[in-house]
Amino acid sequence: MASSQKSPATAAEPKAEEATRGTPKPRGLVARWNALPMLLRHILAACAAMGAVIVLTSVTGQGENTRIASVGFYMLAIAGLGILIGFSGQVSLGHGAFMFIGAYSTALFVLHVPMMPLWLNLILATAISCLAGLIIGVVCARLHGPYLAGATLALAVALPALANRFSEFLGGPNGLDFLMRGTPPALSDAIPNTSWQAWVVWLTVLIVLVFLANLSHGRLGRQMRAVRDDESAAALSGIRVARVKVTAFVISAGCGGLAGALQAYMLKTATPSTFTVALSLSLLAVLVLGGLGSLWGALWGAIAMVYVEEWGDELAHTLDLGTNVANNLPHVLYGVLLIALVLAWPSGVQGFLRQLGNALRPREHSGYGTPSVPPTHEGK
Amino acid sequence: MDYFTNLTLNGVAEGAIYAALALSLIIIYQATRVVNFAQPALALIAAYIALTVTTATGSYWLGFAAALASGMLMGAATERLLIRPVQKTSQLSAIIITLGLLLLLQGVAGMIWSNEPHSFNYPMDYQGQFSPADFFGVAAILGAAMLLFALYRWTPLGLRMRAAAAHPEMARMLGVRVGLMLTLGWAIASIVGALAGMLAVPPFIFPNALDSVFVYGLAAAVIGGLDNPFGSILGGFILGVSLSFVSGYLGPELMPMAALIILILVLSVRPDGLFTRPKARKV
Repeated sequence: MASSQKSPATAAEPKAEEATRGTPKPRGLVARWNALPMLLRHILAACAAMGAVIVLTSVTGQGENTRIASVGFYMLAIAGLGILIGFSGQVSLGHGAFMFIGAYSTALFVLHVPMMPLWLNLILATAISCLAGLIIGVVCARLHGPYLAGATLALAVALPALANRFSEFLGGPNGLDFLMRGTPPALSDAIPNTSWQAWVVWLTVLIVLVFLANLSHGRLGRQMRAVRDDESAAALSGIRVARVKVTAFVISAGCGGLAGALQAYMLKTATPSTFTVALSLSLLAVLVLGGLGSLWGALWGAIAMVYVEEWGDELAHTLDLGTNVANNLPHVLYGVLLIALVLAWPSGVQGFLRQLGNALRPREHSGYGTPSVPPTHEGK
Repeated sequence: MDYFTNLTLNGVAEGAIYAALALSLIIIYQATRVVNFAQPALALIAAYIALTVTTATGSYWLGFAAALASGMLMGAATERLLIRPVQKTSQLSAIIITLGLLLLLQGVAGMIWSNEPHSFNYPMDYQGQFSPADFFGVAAILGAAMLLFALYRWTPLGLRMRAAAAHPEMARMLGVRVGLMLTLGWAIASIVGALAGMLAVPPFIFPNALDSVFVYGLAAAVIGGLDNPFGSILGGFILGVSLSFVSGYLGPELMPMAALIILILVLSVRPDGLFTRPKARKV
């Protein structure tokens, strides 16, 4: 284990040691940083990230701001899915469905209760997604492997189809368009609308990420990993397996829902064609691409989600390819990237970076014996 | 009553396609414990190859044969080149590989044959109640299922394949070439998948043509229980008929929802599918 900041006492206990795996802490910080309480560390990191986002959005244009915000809400959805898959070991192929619920809840609140403030809207949308997650989670808690995958895949197909069925309420294939206030009037001269939106998105995302980071290192995270690795052993140690699995489902559904709500807030629309099965599968794909079991992996995944398509378009443009090739290039890139990465680096981008980091600074470990490469996390 | 009969027959014809796809998923699942999410893409490419061959030669059946042959080759290649290296690491890796292949192949199909739909012929006359085309579909699936049953049950090759799947280590000691048997399993499954594709694609083919069919096929496999090929075939027909009723009486938009509800109902009663044990049970 490369988690050098832990004392030998905890390292003796495999479960506790495992809990430090994939700690989302910045590289190259000294022991003083590690001595800080966990919550404080996470809050400081989140503040730093918020600062970075503000700087980034200030120096870039409108289109780039939108993409930065997209990275934010996708990161939230991917991190939520990571909690479910990487920590509790349940594979969901239907996470787009929770984004659908969040987005449509937000849209319906804006249309029918226009006076509701944004924060309340987001909280309610998250709560509704959590409720949906609770229902699905309770039903699916007994399922495992491909059975769970089949059920969640059906969910991802079934929910967007409802929008076409109840078209007078949910807007049919065109979805729901609505108006939402961006920058507050007092600041509207100083701050462009898209920057403000990106800040709101990232602020929300970072608050939830602090919560997720704390949770995944705390008791619940440990219980989830115990359940993932061996359900019977976990049950024998007094962990209530079903409850832990359902909790993981609810948390990840809530993250998905909030991500969908933020997406609706950004785009000011909610359409069924946004939440296809392809979205759900892409979320899973980029999660593995980024690296399971770490919130940093979610960031790399979200960046891939937003920018691979972008780069694919640009590449097609510069190479002057035909429309057939150009339209499909992003998909092909995705596919090739996924296959290559799983074959070459099963631990994803984050695992690669961690190994790289360890290779670059062998001296730090010299006091502890031979520098070890952290075990690559491979889900289940 | 006439409407009811019509819906039932339509459901049987649709169910045959779900059953075929479910069967192809199950053969692979039994051999390598992987759910092959790339199956719709393999079937899609096979169908596109059939389209090209049919257009070039003018014969539907040459295209049909080309589809089955190319399906077989693609299935074997997928196992050899992509699945085998990650087989030992984790189940999630294999799932991601097949998802990656799905994206890749659908993209490649769009690149070669464009995203616009092409018209795609039925094997036979498709008009009327339970048309010859429907009959051909059901007969082809049942025939394929019986052939497979005979292969696995009564031939030495089938015995080896079952041994390789059940106890790879022991089978290897007894001289079975386990790797070859697994590749063969994927090849056979992909032939069945290509057959499902040929039946499911008409009247139009486009890169996403098989997506919804695949979801229902997976649902059928899960309903039947992933360890039981007969369960999956029955699951396919049950799902086909139920969805046909939902579509006919309540509206086609509710079909995915109905599939989800059926799936959830079945799995909450029997989390491992309906027919995991020999004892059958009515829904």
